[in-house]
Amino acid sequence: MSNSQYVLEANDIVRNYGSVEALRSCNFNVKAGEVTALIGDNGAGKSTLVRILSGAEQPDGGTILIDGKEVNFTSPAQARSHGIETVFQDLALCPHLNPVQNMYLGREVPRKGILGKFGFLDHAEMRRGSEAAFRDLGATVRSLTNNVATMSGGQRQSIAVARSAAWASKVLFFDEPTAALGVVQKKNVIDLVRRVRDKGIGIVFISHSMPEVLEVADRVQVMRRGRVIAEYKAKETNLEELVGAMTGRLDEVNN
Amino acid sequence: MSITTSSSNPAADFGILDEKQPFLKRVLKAQTSQIVAVLFVIAGIFSAMAPDSFFTLFNLRNVAINVSVFAILGVGMTFVIITAGIDLSVGSVLVFSSVAACKAITATGGQGWGSTAAGFAACIVAGVAWGALNGWLVAIAKIPAFIVTLGTLSTALGLSQIITGGIDLSDATDVMVDHIGFGNVYSQIPVLAVVALVMLIFGGILLHKTKFGLRTYAVGSNIEGCRRVGINVNRHLVYVYSLMGFTSAIAGFLSLALYQQTTIAGQSQTALTVVAGVVIGGTSLFGGIGTIFGMSIGLLIPIVLQTGFIIIGVVPFWQNVVVGVFLIAAVYVDTMRRESAERGGRHSKRHSPKESN
Repeated sequence: MSNSQYVLEANDIVRNYGSVEALRSCNFNVKAGEVTALIGDNGAGKSTLVRILSGAEQPDGGTILIDGKEVNFTSPAQARSHGIETVFQDLALCPHLNPVQNMYLGREVPRKGILGKFGFLDHAEMRRGSEAAFRDLGATVRSLTNNVATMSGGQRQSIAVARSAAWASKVLFFDEPTAALGVVQKKNVIDLVRRVRDKGIGIVFISHSMPEVLEVADRVQVMRRGRVIAEYKAKETNLEELVGAMTGRLDEVNN
Repeated sequence: MSITTSSSNPAADFGILDEKQPFLKRVLKAQTSQIVAVLFVIAGIFSAMAPDSFFTLFNLRNVAINVSVFAILGVGMTFVIITAGIDLSVGSVLVFSSVAACKAITATGGQGWGSTAAGFAACIVAGVAWGALNGWLVAIAKIPAFIVTLGTLSTALGLSQIITGGIDLSDATDVMVDHIGFGNVYSQIPVLAVVALVMLIFGGILLHKTKFGLRTYAVGSNIEGCRRVGINVNRHLVYVYSLMGFTSAIAGFLSLALYQQTTIAGQSQTALTVVAGVVIGGTSLFGGIGTIFGMSIGLLIPIVLQTGFIIIGVVPFWQNVVVGVFLIAAVYVDTMRRESAERGGRHSKRHSPKESN
C-alpha cells in the first residue's frame, strides 16, 4: 500500500520568523514501529519542526508526506485526523476531570439514539475504551472516577501518553516527556514509549537527556541551525558523538 | 540515573484499581453537603426562635418567590464561573431585556397572549444578544471577563435608560401578571418557583450530563489543553455567555411579570447577590469546579437569613454583614482546597487521600 519506507517524511521544510531562519531546508523522517529521537541544542529548530509536523504552524516552504502522499496541515485537528498525535511536556490534561473524561476530551462518544443528538454521552462506552487503552499500555491508572488532579505526576503522564497513543494511528510525538518526572516514572514512560512503538506506530522522541535517547531510540536525528545535519543508529553511536554533532564540534574535526 | 531494563513490570502499579467510595462518604466530603448543613443549622435556629412563624406556608412562598429570579440567573452564572469567568452585567441585561419586552408588548397591541409571546421573544433575543456580545469580547477580543461585563453592566443599563428616558416602563400584559407573576400551580405553588425549578433542572442536566457541560468544566480546568485536543474554546465561551444572557432574559421576563415594571434602579446589586450565591455554593472562581445544586443552596442562605432576621426582629441589615462573611469564608475554603490539591492532593479534603500516589 505504502510507496514509501517512511510513514512521515518532511522534505526541504523552510520556516522564517521575520529575518530569523528557524528551519533552513530541513529534512526529517519517521518509520513505522521505530523510535526516532530528535535532538539538538536550544534554538536548533526542534520545536518549530514539531509544531509544523503536528499542524500547529505552517511551513513557508517544503513538503510533508504521509505514507508517501503529500499532505497540507492548516490546523492541529487536520494533523490529528491523519493519525498524528503529540504528548506535550506539560501534559495538557484537565486536572478537574477524571481519566475517562480526559481520554475522550474533544472526541466524546454520544449516546445512541435521540439522546445523543442532545449531547448526552455514552459513559459506559468511553469507560470501556479508556480501560482498554490503559490496559493495552499497562498504564498506571488507579482510578477512572477520581480527578487527575489527585494523581501523581507519573500517573498523569501515563494517562496523557495513553490518550495520545490511543488516537495516534501513524505518528506520536513525545515533546520532552520525562522532563518533570522522577527516576521510576521516567522508566515507566520509556516502557510506555516502547509499547506504543510495538503497536507499529512511528515515535518521535524529543529529549535533552542523551542517556535516555540512547536507551529508547532506534535512530537519532540531530538538528543544528535549522537543519537535520546528521543521522545515527542508536546502537552504533555514543554520547560523545551525539554531543559533538549537536554542538558542531564534529564539523571542526571533519573540516 | 540511567534507565536500564524495559521488561520489569511495575506490578503494583499495573492496571486499574478502581476503588468505589461509599455513597454516603462521598456525599459528606462534598462542599455542597457542608453548605447544606449550614443552611439547615440557620433554618433550625430561626425555627427554634420563632416556631410559629418561620416555617409557615406564607413564609416558604415568600422565600421561594424571592429566590426564583436569582436562581435562574444563578444557572447561567454557574456555567460562566466554572469556565473561570464572571458576568457582572446580569442585572443590567435583565433590565434591558425587560425593556425590550415592554417595547414589543406595546408595539403588538399591549394585551393578550399574543403580545405576551412577542414580549417574551424580544426579551430572549435581547438577553442572548448581550450574552453573545460579552462572550465575543471575552473569548475573541481576549478582554478580561471582569472588565467586559463591568463595561456592559454600565452600557446595557445606560441604553435602557436612553430608551425609556429613565422612567420605568410598566407595560406587562395582564395575562402575564395574573398567570406568571402572581400565578399559582395547585393553588399554593408560585409559577415563578416552578419556572425556576424547571430552569434549575435544565441547567443541572446540561451541566452534569451533556458534552456541553463536560466541555464547560474542561475549559475552566485547562483552556490550553482544550485547544490542543481540538475543542473550539472560543465558540464554547460565546455559547456559555449567551446561555448567561438567555437566563438573564428569562429572569427579566419573570421580574417584569412580578413587579409589573422594568426595575431600572433596582438591579444594581443583582450580580453581586448571584455571584455570592454561586460561590458560597461551592463553585470555584478559578474554574473547573461547581454544581447547580450547590448554587441553589448558596442562594437560599442570604434569603433565609433575611427572612429570619425580619421574623425574629433583628435589624435586617445584618444580613449583608453575614453574607459578606460567608462569601469570604467560601472563597477561603476554595483557595485552601486548591492549594492542597496543587501540593499533590495528599491533604485535599475534597478528594480521597488514598488516591494520591
